[in-house]
Amino acid sequence: MNSEALKISLPGLELKNPVMPASGCFSFGEEFSKLYDLSELGAIMVKAATHEPRIGNRTPRVAETSSGMLNAIGLQNPGVDHILEHELKFLEQYDVPIIANVAGSEIDDYAIVADKISKAPNVKAIELNISCPNVKEGGIQFGTDPETARRLTARVKEVSDVPVYVKLSPNVTSIVDMALSVGDIADGLTMINTLVGMRLDGNGQPILSNVTGGLSGPAIKPVSLNMIYQVRQHLPHIPIIGMGGIATADDILDYISVGADAVAVGTMNFTDPMICPALIETLDERLDEMGVGHLHDLKGRAYK
Amino acid sequence: MKNIMTVVAQSRIADKIHEMVLEGDITKNMKTPGQFVHVRINDTTEHVLRRPISIADIDQENSRFTIVYRAEGEGTRKLSKLGPGDSLDILSPLGRGYPVEQNSHVLIVGGGIGVPPLYELSKQLNREGVKTTHVLGFNSKKDVFYEEKFGALGGTHIATADGSYGTEGYVTDVIRTLDADFDCFYACGPKVMLKVLSETMDLDGYISLEERMGCGFGVCYACVCETAEGDWIKLCTEGPVFRKGEIVL
Repeated sequence: MNSEALKISLPGLELKNPVMPASGCFSFGEEFSKLYDLSELGAIMVKAATHEPRIGNRTPRVAETSSGMLNAIGLQNPGVDHILEHELKFLEQYDVPIIANVAGSEIDDYAIVADKISKAPNVKAIELNISCPNVKEGGIQFGTDPETARRLTARVKEVSDVPVYVKLSPNVTSIVDMALSVGDIADGLTMINTLVGMRLDGNGQPILSNVTGGLSGPAIKPVSLNMIYQVRQHLPHIPIIGMGGIATADDILDYISVGADAVAVGTMNFTDPMICPALIETLDERLDEMGVGHLHDLKGRAYK
Repeated sequence: MKNIMTVVAQSRIADKIHEMVLEGDITKNMKTPGQFVHVRINDTTEHVLRRPISIADIDQENSRFTIVYRAEGEGTRKLSKLGPGDSLDILSPLGRGYPVEQNSHVLIVGGGIGVPPLYELSKQLNREGVKTTHVLGFNSKKDVFYEEKFGALGGTHIATADGSYGTEGYVTDVIRTLDADFDCFYACGPKVMLKVLSETMDLDGYISLEERMGCGFGVCYACVCETAEGDWIKLCTEGPVFRKGEIVL
């Protein structure tokens, strides 16, 4: 599907359509490449890369909740060098821009990963993961303190060859303060990451070995919409890729309506591995039905 | 991999244990015993995670296969309400199953909801001329299922933890009494059972593990397990069947 109505232009990213799989819900694409042509996607936000390989947390790592799931994977990945040599290399055969999710324990870790990964030919943007709730060091501590987030973003901007999008955590007192702290440095925002939650088994014990995990899926869509709605009012021009519980084309329209420029699909890739190409097709049909010339004609209509 | 199957039959075969027969083209891709399907509960967003369920029986001739599962939580209870003519969205066949090797006599050990995939395994081994002896462990008489089906394939012994049926105790209590030479063992059941078998059986063996899954096909990294070499590998794609000693239990 290459409808003109779906084409989006963002810093570093010329998107055929606004739909991309969210980081952590698509691995590095190889498994999905057996199901459909990855070139159909607007972009791919690949799984987080850290400087050194990470094992992640002990199992159980996932638990279902009402219309959602908790995960505490803990950023398991083979390390940036392996990802460059194997995973990103594999993706070069597809005509799809890659957004590399960069994570770390210290500012220097982030800088090393960003420097290396931004030089991969198919990486067109970085998503700075300052908001993973499932790792003890790094991750969320960068995403909950505005000053630390600002310093980290500035450092990564210095070393990155491609635009830097900062992934905001919802686990903060003021999402607007966080957005404003990085808003004049970052090239864009992705929002939101998962909400910290927990679930108990029938015996009063936490299911996840990590006790808490990140809540995702349709259950968090109202939270995400509200946060984007708030941030958009303070930062009218910053590119925002919205995510949280997208399951239908109308969900995408909701995100565009509150001011998102593009969207990422997360948990529902597990529920239905074919959801991304299905959404792209349905979205195009939906705009046609509505008589809308371009998706962005609907942008921000929630404010009108 | 993703298919809509038709429910042919469903029945309760023990306490909370349900057997469902499904029909559809994807059956032709089911060859290896020990593989599993990943079932979507329904087409709403109420249940976002699929449920991994092992394949108990494959009927290539009629394009049908059977799953046996425990209706324990809200999702599987909903699954148990489906009847003939209903459809079910599944990903299949997933994972690496048991190798069907040429041997003269093998021991098959199942515990609880780990029993079902061993039935297709035993069928295929018998088809290859391998003699099978089965030891199946359950908590109580009300939990016992498939005794007759396994019995038709070879010697079948039941153990119940509370002694209400068969031998009182665990599968190992039965195995201790068996007077036969086995070439290897195949097992599926609770991790503690697999651990004890791996540590005490002086035989090569294959074990099938269970873990909470997100995607079921290698994407989410939820169902990892630790190898003897210290690597963390994905159970859904590298397993669920492993050689004895390959995985830290």
